[in-house]
Amino acid sequence: MLLITLDGDLLEIALRSLRVTLTALVIAGLIALPLAALLAVRRFRWRRAVIAILNAMMSLPPVVVGLVVYVILSRSGPLGALGLLFTPGAMIIAQVIIIVPLIASIAHQSLRDLWSEYHDLLISMNVTQTQKMATLLWDARRALLTAMLAGFGRAIGEVGAIMIVGGNIEHATRVLTTAIALETGKGDFALALALGFVLIALAVTINFAIHALTRTEREARW
Amino acid sequence: MSAILPLRLSGAEARRRGKRLVGPVDLTLNSPGATVVIGPNGAGKTTLLRLMHGTERLAGGEISWARPLAEVRHEIAFVFQTPVVLRRSVLDNIAYPLRLRGQSRKNARAEALDWAGRVGLGGMPDRQATVLSGGERQKLALARALITRPEVLFLDEPTAALDGRSTREIETILTEASIAGTRLILSTHDMGQARRLATEVVFLLHGRVHETAAALAFFDAPGTPEAAAFLRGDIIE
Ligand SMILES: Nc1ncnc2c1ncn2[C@@H]1O[C@H](COP(=O)(O)OP(=O)(O)OP(=O)(O)O)[C@@H](O)[C@H]1O
Ligand SMILES: [Mg+2]
Repeated sequence: MLLITLDGDLLEIALRSLRVTLTALVIAGLIALPLAALLAVRRFRWRRAVIAILNAMMSLPPVVVGLVVYVILSRSGPLGALGLLFTPGAMIIAQVIIIVPLIASIAHQSLRDLWSEYHDLLISMNVTQTQKMATLLWDARRALLTAMLAGFGRAIGEVGAIMIVGGNIEHATRVLTTAIALETGKGDFALALALGFVLIALAVTINFAIHALTRTEREARW
Repeated sequence: MSAILPLRLSGAEARRRGKRLVGPVDLTLNSPGATVVIGPNGAGKTTLLRLMHGTERLAGGEISWARPLAEVRHEIAFVFQTPVVLRRSVLDNIAYPLRLRGQSRKNARAEALDWAGRVGLGGMPDRQATVLSGGERQKLALARALITRPEVLFLDEPTAALDGRSTREIETILTEASIAGTRLILSTHDMGQARRLATEVVFLLHGRVHETAAALAFFDAPGTPEAAAFLRGDIIE
């Protein structure tokens, strides 16, 4: 009943959640996956340091990420001129910062294992650095999908950072998680719970859809 | 295109943590034919092959080809003692070197299907390569190495995991490749195979070339007592 009456607003909020998170996921993937592959195949000077930083960043409290992004994007901040604060753009930036380390770490682990398996063969075939990375990314794609799903889960459920940088503005930056926080604060538990179910349903649907996709691929191959 | 052979090694050495594994080795390999490297376990056959191929770092001496190394790298291939398969289908594994060389997926796969047939994997092009048996992996590795028609092919015990029939099949493929102009350099513990394939034998002992001779002469009358003992199957110290 509740869901039906609130249809218009609810749909808008849910779609915004999805749009912000999927955009952040695509951008984060484009950064994290090549980075993970590079860390797996190249022995450059700062490699250990980069891995340590990534691991440390994984446990960074999202609220702090939000705060830092806020300061940078605020009117007097270094990127204040972009006018991104309190827009979905700011939320995307915060989410990207939060999930890049997560995706890169998980991806790096599986790519590193695959690289130790492939090392001799690829070296003997005289492949270029780019070809190495492309081969690893392609052959580990199923594990990478898991990494991306972890990133998606983390991003869609995130509330602290995007509340700060997005401001939870109705019809502009309100998403499922910030709406839940607001309704809970106002004491409207029924609405908050309804929103919560939508959030869970969204996350589960995406997961199932992707797993179904990979399963059909696997069956086609074996 | 001019030939990459002869391959010359002079005083070539491989070391690990200061310990000399192989060398110093002086050797010249000319076209055509098949050089078979034999010797007891741990003699350094694998290391020598890797050294010549360039996957093992040269710790001393010199190795030179008739053409610059950057060009040579595209004309040689290596089949490992334990084959590495990519987590892809059989066909995509065999097609991989062609894809690296910029061929279209369609052409590469068509040629790979042809090669899969030649090595006896024609019935399973779409099977995931990781589920193949040891012998099938070996055949896959061979097809993947031959598809680029290398001038020189290194093989480290290419039939160690195979039964008699598969061994003969592989030897036939190798002989054909040799006739087609691929120079073979392989190690083996199978003296029957050495006799069937070799035009030249390199007998390794304790990391050094103990004896090298034309195959017929070597198997007829080895020049050193150690080689004679090895051929008889005796244990040599
Ligand atoms: N990475 C390494 N570190 C230290 N020692 C090594 C290393 N690789 C090989 N060796 C040693 O070098 C020697 C030669 O090894 P190699 O694998 O070349 O022998 P092989 O003739 O191929 O033996 P097999 O017939 O058992 O295959 C062996 O004593 C081996 O233990
Ligand atoms: Mg060996």
